[in-house]
Parts: sequence; C-alpha cells; structure tokens
Amino acid sequence: MSAPIRAESRPALDRRFRLQWEAAQSAHVLLYPEGMIKLNQSAGEILKRCDGRATVAEITADLERAFGVTGLAADVTAFLGMAAEKRWLTVVA
Amino acid sequence: MSTVPRAPGAPPGPPLWLLLELTYRCPLHCVFCYNPVDFVRTGAELDTQAWLRVLREARELGAVQLGLSGGEPLSRPDLEVIVAEAHRLGFYTNLITSGVGLDEPRIRALKAAGLDHIQLSFQDSTRQMNDFLSSTRTFELKARVAALIKQYDYPMVLNVVLHRLNIDHVEDILAMAERLGAEYVELANTQFYGWAWHNRERLMPSRDQVARAEAATMRFRERVGGAMRVFFVVPDYFESRPKPCMNGLGSVFLTVTPDGTALPCHAARMLPGLEFPNVRARTVREIWYESQAFTHFRGDGWMKEPCRTCPERHQDFGGCRCQAYLLTGDAANADPVCDRSPHHHLVTAAVARADAGAEEERPLVFRSPANSALLSS
Ligand code: SF4
Ligand code: SF4
Repeated sequence: MSAPIRAESRPALDRRFRLQWEAAQSAHVLLYPEGMIKLNQSAGEILKRCDGRATVAEITADLERAFGVTGLAADVTAFLGMAAEKRWLTVVA
Repeated sequence: MSTVPRAPGAPPGPPLWLLLELTYRCPLHCVFCYNPVDFVRTGAELDTQAWLRVLREARELGAVQLGLSGGEPLSRPDLEVIVAEAHRLGFYTNLITSGVGLDEPRIRALKAAGLDHIQLSFQDSTRQMNDFLSSTRTFELKARVAALIKQYDYPMVLNVVLHRLNIDHVEDILAMAERLGAEYVELANTQFYGWAWHNRERLMPSRDQVARAEAATMRFRERVGGAMRVFFVVPDYFESRPKPCMNGLGSVFLTVTPDGTALPCHAARMLPGLEFPNVRARTVREIWYESQAFTHFRGDGWMKEPCRTCPERHQDFGGCRCQAYLLTGDAANADPVCDRSPHHHLVTAAVARADAGAEEERPLVFRSPANSALLSS
C-alpha cells in the first residue's frame, strides 16, 4: 500500500520513470522501460512539481498561482493518490 | 505503449518507437530468434555516423522510445557512442541484450553515456536448458550480468521467451527471477516469425502447458504481491482475436536493420510487394511519411473482408500482416488468429498438432550464419 497523501507529504517521481515534455505530442510523457504514458495537461503540471522537496500544500499553492485559480487541493490530492497507486510516485509522509 | 488509435483519415503521428537493430552478429544461436532466417544476406552494417544521423532525424520527427537490439548490440564497439547521442537528444534508451559482452567497464561506460534501461534475455532457468536453447554456455555469465545490472542501479527487466521446451519450467524461471532481484519479468510466448516460424512444430506449446504456466504465474503473483511485476504474454495462436500488432503498420513503430533498411516492423522484411527504403538513400522523414513500405498498410484502405467492414478493425487493425502472410500467403488477409478469418482453421490445426504431441523427430534448427546460408539458398 502506498502512504496516504497529506498536505505535508513530499511526493517524488519514482526512479523508474522519467518525465519529459514532448513537443511532437504537445504533452508531458512518462517514460519507463519500453513504455510511455502520455499525460494530460493537469497531470503533467502536477507531476513536474513532484521533486521530493515540495509538499503537497506547496505544489497546490504553486499550481493555483500559475493558473490563477483556487480550490485545487482536492483534485491535486486525488490525482497524487492515483499516481502513487500506479507507482509513478513515491510519497514521503 | 499507450497510444490512442487515430481516426481514419487523420494525419499519421510520429514514429514514437524507434528500434535499431545495430548488427546481426550474435554469439548465441536461439531457436526462436526473431531475426530473418536469411540474415547472412544482409548488406554491410551502417557506420557510427549513419546511426547518429538516423537518431537525429527520428528524434526530430518525435521518436522518443529507442530500442537498441540486434543480433547482440554489444557486438558493436560504438554502442556507447550511439547511446550517448541518443541520450543527448532526449531518447529513453533501452538496451535489449543477451548479456554476452556486458562486463563492468562496458556497463560503467553505458551508464555514463546515459543508458536508461537494460532488458536481459534468458532462455530458461536451468543452465542445461538455457545453454541448449541458445546453443552456448552462457547461463552463469547471465547471472553475473544480472548482478551488474543491479549494481549499476538499473531497473532489472528479465525477458524469457517461452515455448514448448521450457514453458513447464515457469515456476523455476520465476523463482530464479526473484533471486536475481528482477523488478519486471516478461514471460513472452514465442511469436512465430523468423527462426521460430521455421521451428514452429517443435516450439508450439499445448493448451495444457499454457494453462499450467498461467496458473503458476498467478500463484507467484499472489505470493510476491507488488514487489515484482510479471507479464505473461499468451501465445496468440490460442486466442480468438489477433493482437493489435504494432498498432497497425506505419502508426508508431520504425525499425532500422543493420544495413539501413527501414521496416514498419522488425519482421516485415518477409512481406512481398513492399519496397523497403534505406536510410542511406532517404531521410527518416521521407521514409515515414512518403515511402510505399510505410504508407501501404497505414489506415484501413488495404483491408479485405472480413476486416474491411468489421466493427473491431480500429482496435486490432486486422492483426499481424506477417502472420497473415505466413499462414495464408496474402498479407492483406485477416490475421488467421481471428476466429472470423476463413483461415482460422490453420491456427487451430497447429494448436491441435501441439496438443497431440509435436513431431519430436523434426530437428531444431539453431540460428547461425551457416544455417542461415543453408536456408537462404
Ligand atoms: S534471439 Fe538469440 S540468437 Fe537471436 S539475436 Fe537474440 S540472443 Fe541472438
Ligand atoms: S475480422 Fe479483422 S478486424 Fe475484425 S476482429 Fe478479426 S482480424 Fe480484427
């Protein structure tokens, strides 16, 4: 089981994945051994902020600032939970 | 690779997956080898500069996953140079190797060059079987290589090709993978092209064997949980729908063979009527977007009945063109794995022969330059 996502958790991309922007696909992609997942815009924006240092609260605040919106916490937490479930992320509680 | 099929008529996407078969030289002699049986007739290998140009041109189009295979890619002394350039360009680099030639200095150099991933192939879990099936003594070497892969902090991916002669050992194979610290294991049943096609009657498992192997895999998965991911690829002869082979030819996949021939699938050279371009003469862009070999089977215009009007044609793209050709003589037919194909009985008959016991007296033909010369004369 992956750790629950809290405001003070620090998610990091799992070392088995590499995140990069692909101009040809106009998307962020997750690369892993012999495979690739094309991410939608919000998934890409969230994952690129998961550097193992920023907390979930900081990531959320940064996204809200960048896109000029509020109230993203629930969506961000739900996405991070799904990403941790899929082992894209490791989450330090 | 997760790719959404494009609507018919939409412009083709980029060749996301680039496979470079750097050489057909290989110290092993696998009976299921996917290389063409007439590989000795292949022309001179591309030089380093030509491979680097292919990388740059393909990356410009949007290629991102790179497979480096062969033959044995470690037979190329410039492998590190090729990896370094691929890494610089932003490719995710996968080395597909038998492990022969991977010593500590080379793995260190490959790591430094930016290699992302190594897939190590095993023929079986026991030394005798591994060595018999690859006709060499390499098992201990592979165990050493597996340790090096861990030591250099690579995700450890083991690939074991399954067939009649080793499929009963799945339990031992998985136990071995666990001992080696594998994170992913692909138990891939032989696809019948190349040398495997030639040896098909000896390599086709029976239904019982496949069912037992799947059950053993399930038990293992339950025991290890998420610590190791095990993929079991069922032989498609046992299915009633074909695999969406290559997501349709010319949709995401581009192979370049040692002599620079560009193919829409590594097995496609056998397909008659396609004129395969060579990267020495054409750019990757021209090859991908304009050449007949890449446009002919793109989309669904080439299909015949029953695929032409089938509601599933954008899910499986009619299956594998090579399999259609090998079994029916016409690459535009439905893959006979499909139970809607009028040729489906050819597949069920092959399975029935396997269920009844293969023709043990038929000799296995090992992949070697000498046998290749024999088979291409
Ligand atoms: S399948 Fe075996 S013989 Fe063929 S290229 Fe791979 S290691 Fe060599
Ligand atoms: S008839 Fe053709 S398109 Fe339809 S399911 Fe069979 S192989 Fe696929």
